Amino acid sequence: MLENRQIDFMGVRKIAVIASAVLVMVSLISLVINSLQFGLDFTSGTSVRLVYSDAVVVSDVNTTLRGNGYDEAVVVTFGSAQEIRIILPVDENVAVEDQATQAAEVGETIANILRSATDNEITLMGSDYVSAKVGEELAEQGGLGMLVALGMIMLYIAVRFQFKFSVGAVVALAHDVIITLGIFSIFRMEFDLNTLAALLAIIGYSLNDTIVVSDRIRENFRRLRKGTPIEMVNVSLNQVLGRTVITSFTTLIVLFSILLIGSESTQGFAIALIIGVVVGTYSSIYVASNVIIYMNVTKEDLMIPIKEGAELDDTP
Amino acid sequence: MLNHYPAWKNILILFVVVLGFLYSIPNLYPDDPAIQITNANLSVNEGDLAVITNSLEAAQVGFFGETANGTSALVRLNSLEDQLLAKNAIEQSLSDEFIVALNLAPTTPGWMRAIGAGKMNLGLDLQGGVHFLMEVDMDAAIARRMQDNLSNVRSILRGARIRSRGLELINTSNVEVRLASSDIRSEARSELIDSFPDLQFQNREQGNDFILDLILTDAIALQIQRETLQANRTTLMNRVDALGVAEPTVQQQGADRIVVELPGVQDPAQAIRILQRIATLEFHLESSLGAASTSFETYEYVSPDGSFIVNVDDDVILQGDRISNVRSTLDQYGLPQVQINLDAQGGNQINRVTRDNVGRMMDILLIETKSRTLSSLDENGEEVNEVEFYEEKRLISHARIQTALPRSFVITGLSSREANDLSLLISSGSLAAPMTIVEQSVIGPTMGQENLDKGILGVQVAASLVILFMVAYYRVFGLAANAALIMNILLIFAVMSSVIPATLTLPGIVGIVLTVGMAVDANVLIFTRIREELANGLSPQMAIDSGYNRAFTTIIDANITTFLVAAVLYTIGSGPVKGFSVTLMIGIMTSMFTAILGTRALVNLIYGGKNVKTLSIGGKVSNQVVSN
Repeated sequence: MLENRQIDFMGVRKIAVIASAVLVMVSLISLVINSLQFGLDFTSGTSVRLVYSDAVVVSDVNTTLRGNGYDEAVVVTFGSAQEIRIILPVDENVAVEDQATQAAEVGETIANILRSATDNEITLMGSDYVSAKVGEELAEQGGLGMLVALGMIMLYIAVRFQFKFSVGAVVALAHDVIITLGIFSIFRMEFDLNTLAALLAIIGYSLNDTIVVSDRIRENFRRLRKGTPIEMVNVSLNQVLGRTVITSFTTLIVLFSILLIGSESTQGFAIALIIGVVVGTYSSIYVASNVIIYMNVTKEDLMIPIKEGAELDDTP
Repeated sequence: MLNHYPAWKNILILFVVVLGFLYSIPNLYPDDPAIQITNANLSVNEGDLAVITNSLEAAQVGFFGETANGTSALVRLNSLEDQLLAKNAIEQSLSDEFIVALNLAPTTPGWMRAIGAGKMNLGLDLQGGVHFLMEVDMDAAIARRMQDNLSNVRSILRGARIRSRGLELINTSNVEVRLASSDIRSEARSELIDSFPDLQFQNREQGNDFILDLILTDAIALQIQRETLQANRTTLMNRVDALGVAEPTVQQQGADRIVVELPGVQDPAQAIRILQRIATLEFHLESSLGAASTSFETYEYVSPDGSFIVNVDDDVILQGDRISNVRSTLDQYGLPQVQINLDAQGGNQINRVTRDNVGRMMDILLIETKSRTLSSLDENGEEVNEVEFYEEKRLISHARIQTALPRSFVITGLSSREANDLSLLISSGSLAAPMTIVEQSVIGPTMGQENLDKGILGVQVAASLVILFMVAYYRVFGLAANAALIMNILLIFAVMSSVIPATLTLPGIVGIVLTVGMAVDANVLIFTRIREELANGLSPQMAIDSGYNRAFTTIIDANITTFLVAAVLYTIGSGPVKGFSVTLMIGIMTSMFTAILGTRALVNLIYGGKNVKTLSIGGKVSNQVVSN
């Protein structure tokens, strides 16, 4: 049903450029102004440890805390069924050296709130200031890693395809990551380690999509005798459209399953990836191929004799 | 012949499938909650086991499968709730020498373990794990620094031939230098001021004495604390690495604590042993004859020629943290020795002191922090366990200073085992300040179980939906893709359980779920291509062959680039990023195998070598092209 369509994707490519540019700009502006809502993994926080005289139900504790304005508290069981740990974001108005004192006060407050909500006796075992788990280390490593990864991808694509395709793939990648981050920033969704993992998955997914499209473009440039680059890109996009839609669909099925069934901690992951898959599908159609066209890709760029294409190659 | 795999290829695929089954099955066997008992120095024998089982019977805790293999004993329990009860009962009945730890014992049949098929390690977020809270003794760190400063002040003044009337540490942050006149004080001040940029200099008069105070400011004390904590954290991380844990957390908590979380650690006793291998060294001079009895401590020195008493001067001439590396070697006569290399400042320090003290004895103290559990009754008559920490100091070297020591020197007169032990102890990372375990717990499995259950349910639902869709859209070919998909999940589990013992975390599960969605991509690529070829007028057999061949390069290109990204993430990432990239890499490899080779084998079995008129691959094309 999708195979025989002839949609003129490239006919609206100027609109696509504007749309992408606007989305990227809005994302960047929001990232600069709003920044990201970093979760406890990236920022510091207060850890409160409590022991109940009887087994404690985590969801009850959650409800009580939500009811008292601690919306961002994370409750985990700890050691035994009687012991829990509550993690709260740190109050940024308090100076770093006073955080320990502040943590002690917060611990008392929390313990009192929970005591009033249960018959259980609650002992406050300790409340401490927790430093960022990944913080600078990961930021440094991550930044470097992205650059290395991008370099290797560009190199591989330049060797297998052509340098113009490298640029296309990397632009599409940056496009997807920036817009996903931008949406997280605009809607003030929490950015934690799971979201970071999702971002990495988006890179993989977006790349996958772009390569499949590029692959078909390469094939058609070598195979078709006539036609402008724009026409050939259009043919290619239509040919892979079926695959693009179906793969995005199966991936989305999976992601919605995680979103609706999975535990709370994986929901951020699912949301990030859903955004990424949608943006990635769009960018594989419009961004990468558009870049290739704007860089004036020609038949000659791809006329490297390769074994598997030899039988179809019409050129002398 | 088109669309026919040679027998060896089918057998190879079948072989991999069988292996995949075999090595993923152990994950279906739940672990038994268990208690593991080890002894730091001695063996654990049948007699100890009898004591253990008696204590459990007395405490009315059900148990089974108790074994002792000489180095450790293991008792299996009926439920997780019994674990803490059993642990307490056993701890009461055994001496402090024994380490009693909660554990999980595998229930996989012996033959599976014999072929190396094991369970996947689950992360702290999925199954809990060991959690330690360690406290750094900051007072000791500050005291050590000031002790160092005191020794340095003394040697600088001596070097400058300035006589002091008294030199002492009047409290934890103040070195007091008593001098005879204001001029001498100024002289002392100018000698000292460059060497102690961290300290505040203040003048004071008391009676006839002109006093120079060297004071440690709060800001500097805070900075020392921070540095100490950081240094200890680094050392701990090195030790944790020795445990081979996949995603350990070594995290700072508060001003003086460090949290260590070891997910999926099967042997907490060993973890404690390694974390507690806390040893620091101090270099002292032997006290000179007739020194005041308050200025030295007495130690027994055990040498090959018998043991004797040594008076060790209180002044530390060098701290263990100045050691940059150490190894045990043999001297020119083949006798064991330990070679110690110091950092630049340590080198200057030792050189200065030994130059002035050639002929005297130099002593090295090994300070180990150990813990013991004390039981007492509280006001209600209930038993309370309290962990107490104590320092054990041992004189490990007593040797004559032959010459001014350079940055690198050797300690001789040790047995080869002693030399080995000593170098190991020092090189395992000398801690900047002593540290004690104040809390040890095993993360409750309830939270982990919930995450695990939801994760598994997510995988099941997602896989079922994808499977339904594939059959509806691609018919028989969809079935082949589904078989490949299930195989792919099994293979990922098999690889993660046995080939690369990776730790499965929540991001890891999500990685697998994602692979489910993306792994069908290869098949979607192939099948849409086959449909296209059919539409182009190729015969069914030709279409299958051409579809697979043409999609192949695309799949390879797409997967190699994604693999590159995953590999880079794995090398530079840590924690969850690493966990995610591992599953992604494994998933890419297994899915290429199942989606290309696996489905092709099935499709060949169904359609290969037959006179096929139509392909059941869904879509209108399959019906249109038949007549060609």
